[in-house]
Amino acid sequence: MWKPRDRAAALKPLVFLLCLAPIAWLLWRLLNNDLGADPVAELEHRSGDWALRFLLITLAMTPLRRITGWAQWIRFRRMLGLFVFFYASVHLAVYLSLDLQGLWTQIFAEIIKRPYITVGFSAWLLLLPLTITSTKGMMRRLGRNWGRLHKLIYLIGVLAVLHFYWLVKKDVREPLIYAAVLALLFALRLPWKRWLTAAKPAAAPRT
Amino acid sequence: MLIKRPDDIAAAEITDESVYLGRRRLLRTLGLAGSALLVGCGQKQGNTDAKAETDSSPTLDLARKTDYANGEAQTSFKDATHYNNYYEFGTDKSDPAQNAGKFQPKPWSVEIAGHAEVTGSFTLEDILKGQSIEERVYRMRCVEGWSMVIPWAGFSLADLLKRFKPTAQAKYVAFTTVNRPAQMPGLSYAALDWPYREGLRIDEAMNPLALLATGMYGRELPNQNGAPLRLVLPWKYGFKGIKSIVKIEFVERQPRTSWNDAAANEYGFYSNVNPDVDHPRWSQKTERRIGAGGGLFAPRIETKPFNGYAEQVASLYAGMDLHQNF
Repeated sequence: MWKPRDRAAALKPLVFLLCLAPIAWLLWRLLNNDLGADPVAELEHRSGDWALRFLLITLAMTPLRRITGWAQWIRFRRMLGLFVFFYASVHLAVYLSLDLQGLWTQIFAEIIKRPYITVGFSAWLLLLPLTITSTKGMMRRLGRNWGRLHKLIYLIGVLAVLHFYWLVKKDVREPLIYAAVLALLFALRLPWKRWLTAAKPAAAPRT
Repeated sequence: MLIKRPDDIAAAEITDESVYLGRRRLLRTLGLAGSALLVGCGQKQGNTDAKAETDSSPTLDLARKTDYANGEAQTSFKDATHYNNYYEFGTDKSDPAQNAGKFQPKPWSVEIAGHAEVTGSFTLEDILKGQSIEERVYRMRCVEGWSMVIPWAGFSLADLLKRFKPTAQAKYVAFTTVNRPAQMPGLSYAALDWPYREGLRIDEAMNPLALLATGMYGRELPNQNGAPLRLVLPWKYGFKGIKSIVKIEFVERQPRTSWNDAAANEYGFYSNVNPDVDHPRWSQKTERRIGAGGGLFAPRIETKPFNGYAEQVASLYAGMDLHQNF
């Protein structure tokens, strides 16, 4: 029988492969010429979807630990976080190389002029320091500041959802679902327990 | 007013349908061979669909064929019918093709109202009476930054409007799309204030480029592309081309239009294709051509004022500030 700690280690390669599944599926569709009428937009949208989904999955690890009591959830967090950066970078690369095709003057104009691109690009930029400092060595070196720095993921989450919300022409139902999940993940981090237990003694001082 | 149009293309230069279909067959075969080599699997679903749809819908008698797109490569039938916006069938671009199956475009009637000597309800047959259907290949530019080249079939909007003898008070023409929640699942979501409305100034409506389309690719219009009667205005963004028209009204004041109502800062009443006036989300300087070869690495195309039809329509807007009246 495995100890829980070993189970997490054994699950890691499987989770890694699962995280690659979306990009593998996209590549398969690309090779089969099955990306629809506007393959560039399809690649752009699907890679963006997955960057956002992985961000939410990454943010789910801490609440999952609290809810399930299984501490090992946290051991998947770095890998999942790096996949956020991976899919966000694919998303950006498709946009720059296939969509705008390196029309550099247009790229800079677009990033500055269009709020949804400004916030999307900012989110990617903010992911950079988190990615660079994701190693154990960096964690050690940064000490308490590592945790502070990595709180940026909350801001990145907000920017990413905003990026999606502003991009949509009229039907905002889908970005609102992501916003709701993000809000839920934020809410689960609030110290509900402390508040609830703090409220009790005032309510019933029994003798 | 003198209306200029490009020299009509010689009949010999218009591709004959059998040649056109033959070419498609050849491409299909090549595509098949290609994908079979690449991944060693069978025929793609998509090709069969497109073929079935082209072959089953009735062919139209086309009196005349004119290429207003300067011979640019045409978007495939499959892409033009499976990637478009028709929010009444859903807001995703694949929704219209998926959800338009239940829609019944026959029988159909169109109400003519407002400042005209002849008004009332007319069946589609009445509307089409005496009109010879011609093919016109037009570029179509979507406000979202993509474009297509589509061989529409239809007749001049002006020809129809003149039959109702609009009076001097008729300064604008307002159009309304059908509103049938039972057949149009997208209507259950208020993406726009239904029914969809569009409008033109009367001189714009009378421009010979304005086409009432009844078909595309030599066949009747598929439901998802606005059957049985839609507007095509190649110098304006695609959303001005209102689909499945049930009402045409001659009015004195500029009518309300759906997208202008929804976000006036993003969608103007005129919505002429203009590379100099950016949409807050999409640059209008360049566009991506859909489904006309090139695929993933097809270069972006520079967007032209009035989508390249300035010669025919620019005079309509003489003296107007197109940054204000976008």
